[in-house]
Amino acid sequence: MSGLLPSPLLALRGIGKSFLGVRVLDGVDLQVRPGEVHAVVGENGAGKSTLMKVVSGVHQPDEGTVEFAGAQRTFRSPREAQQAGIGIVHQELTLLPERTVAENVWLGREPLRRGLVDRGAMLDRAAGLLASIGEGSLPPDTRVGRLGVAQQQVVEIVKALALDARLLIMDEPTAALADHEVDQLYTLVRRLQEHGMGVLYVSHRLKEVFDLSSRITVLKDGRAVTTLDTADTSADRLVRHMVGRELSSYYPDRAQPQELGPVRLTVRGAGNRKLRGIDLRLRAGEVLGVGGLQGSGRSALARALFGAAPFGTGQVAVDGAPVRLRSPRAAMRVGIAYVSEDRKGEGIVAEQSVLDNALLAVRAVRAVPPVRVSRGARTARVRELLAAVELRAAREDQEIRFLSGGNQQKVVLARWLALAPRILLFDEPTRGIDVGARSAIHDLVRRLARDGAAVLMVSSELPELLGMSDRIIVMRDGRIAGELSAGATEEEVVALAVGTAREAAG
Amino acid sequence: MRIARPPRLPGFRSGGLAPIVVILAVLLVLLSARQPDFFSPPSLMSFLGRSAPIVLLAAGQYFVIVSGELDLSVGSLVTAQVVVAARLIDGDPSAGWPVVVLLLAFGVAVGLVNGLVTTWLRVPSFITTLGMFLILVGAVYLWSDGAPKGGLSEEFRLLGRSAFEDVPALGRIPYALLVLLAAAALALVLTRSDFGRTLVAVGGNPRTAELSGVRVGRAKTMAFVLSGLAATLAAVLIGGYSGVSFQAGAGLEFGAITAAVLGGVALGGGRGSVVGAMLGALTLETLFTLMNFYGVSGALEPAVQGAIILFAVAAASFRVPSR
Repeated sequence: MSGLLPSPLLALRGIGKSFLGVRVLDGVDLQVRPGEVHAVVGENGAGKSTLMKVVSGVHQPDEGTVEFAGAQRTFRSPREAQQAGIGIVHQELTLLPERTVAENVWLGREPLRRGLVDRGAMLDRAAGLLASIGEGSLPPDTRVGRLGVAQQQVVEIVKALALDARLLIMDEPTAALADHEVDQLYTLVRRLQEHGMGVLYVSHRLKEVFDLSSRITVLKDGRAVTTLDTADTSADRLVRHMVGRELSSYYPDRAQPQELGPVRLTVRGAGNRKLRGIDLRLRAGEVLGVGGLQGSGRSALARALFGAAPFGTGQVAVDGAPVRLRSPRAAMRVGIAYVSEDRKGEGIVAEQSVLDNALLAVRAVRAVPPVRVSRGARTARVRELLAAVELRAAREDQEIRFLSGGNQQKVVLARWLALAPRILLFDEPTRGIDVGARSAIHDLVRRLARDGAAVLMVSSELPELLGMSDRIIVMRDGRIAGELSAGATEEEVVALAVGTAREAAG
Repeated sequence: MRIARPPRLPGFRSGGLAPIVVILAVLLVLLSARQPDFFSPPSLMSFLGRSAPIVLLAAGQYFVIVSGELDLSVGSLVTAQVVVAARLIDGDPSAGWPVVVLLLAFGVAVGLVNGLVTTWLRVPSFITTLGMFLILVGAVYLWSDGAPKGGLSEEFRLLGRSAFEDVPALGRIPYALLVLLAAAALALVLTRSDFGRTLVAVGGNPRTAELSGVRVGRAKTMAFVLSGLAATLAAVLIGGYSGVSFQAGAGLEFGAITAAVLGGVALGGGRGSVVGAMLGALTLETLFTLMNFYGVSGALEPAVQGAIILFAVAAASFRVPSR
């Protein structure tokens, strides 16, 4: 490093950390300059979360030093790190939904007047901070529970600002955001940058990393493999560092026309509180992509087809026979499976074993269609499926919460495959999953289609949507705004999603 | 395997049986130091027979707690069953078995109501079963005009107080112990069945369970029914052993909950084992026996239970964190 560069805000030197004798971080060096967005990338299990926890005071390093704002520091708790000026925006938001924006910002440090909370000052100061980052339109007396995920993130950031944070850690900040919300976040991050804030940006999404960061540190197996200047590197090179593989081999081949089978699922004029006038046909062997902004009804569509938030009107037919999808069980009975976008909240039972998780659906319906089989045969089948999805787990009686996101998703998939479903609904199948496991999931989805399943896949990631789908429908305001064929561009999808394109007739 | 996965500590998986076995062993050693006779077969058999009701209740409570709920009504259900039995039997020896069948039906009914109110009407089970507790107490007082009527027949009391005599090596084996062993075996089979495993999933993450096709309400209701059945069996044993009283089941709900928590069953659901809950009950009984031998007042028992709950729940929060 030349002496012309500003001195680092944060300097980690030789950070090492072990849990129960297993080395999770090994000699990690990393520097963040003031006003720099420094991205940290790596597969799940590479040590990103642990590294962020060391910086934010949750964990104390076994080896190495943390230097912050020119002084060597040992943060014994998150509170000490906060007070020193390190803010964190968590992947899962940690705000109190029943309190207002201002109350959340000042939680535990409410301004006082004569021993009582000074509500006026609280609101004023929160409004001031919001305005300073260009979010003045957000009223500080709104209940946080009423805000969308993107706005809640703004509140988290303001909370950090209120603590005079000089370094902000953002852990997968876009995981729950729609594309246009991501743009707002970009603006916000750049504004923080102008204020001289250093940002440690953890993300799986390479596009964001390239859009935002000035430098990128790649973690692999607990070591900092390299730190690259973003301007001098390419996505291919980055992925090579992360997994030793080229980016171009990303998506499996699409279905050939002769691979498409009969229409499996037909929906006519269906609607509910969140959806209106849904018409669609899903054929065996195809992957139908569903795009749209957050709240456009793309997830609601998958949930309606699974009976989790059923259609109130319209007709649905499976293999030509009319069905009523009033509950998940009813949907399962006609061969429909659903993988939720919220893996932790709706996909896994965190404290049960891998095997219990994989067996959950067959146990619930007590059979492997089309015939009932013995418990032994059933378990054997599920074991085969766990092997078929290439699960990487130490033992099948290990609690699923200790697995990486990608491996958890493979278990969820095996759970459904045990029921031999003919229609699979995926809502964000690769959300929060590392690059290596993503392609494995993509391959699995395509393999299922090739084996004759009809697949509907919701995705907020345009490259995934375009790379995986044989056909794409785009949702807007609870309706299907239009349909695109496989060769569509990102611009066409976005145009339909935000409504600048002319809607398809009907 | 990749890094960042903690290695298994032998025998000490969180939610495993190791802690409760260790605690029980330590207490038993202390007890034998103070009272060497304790391990003589007659004394041991009578201890196990005496402990049968609370162990049964702990097993019943396991199903409810692991499903994410709580059953506070079992103590008053035991009282109600004993008082009802006394009035219906009223010394008539031929009424024994029909009344037991009736009590079982009553236990199932109470469990059904607890379960349906909790799952259909979405009343938190803490409130549902607290309401049931008060209703049963009040109803029993009303029905018996303030004092237990009638009496239990010798035939009815057989299960609770008699034993196979002159068994080689062991001396006498109380019927209560056999009832317990049978119920424990049944409980163990249940926890390993599809029902038992999905019930744990229901307690661990009801959304996931529901979206995987589990009938969450039905599973929880079943758990309450099992708890009601366990309370009925406990009532038959307690009635036989100590006779009719309005105090027959007093405080047993807390004993059962303490036992389950002590045995590693997580309040809030999703974690624990029925064997742990039952060992927890035995540990609690051993502790009280020990206190008794050391001359500690029995009046301290509730305070000790309270301290155990607090300690056990606090200890359970020190687990291997997820990533």
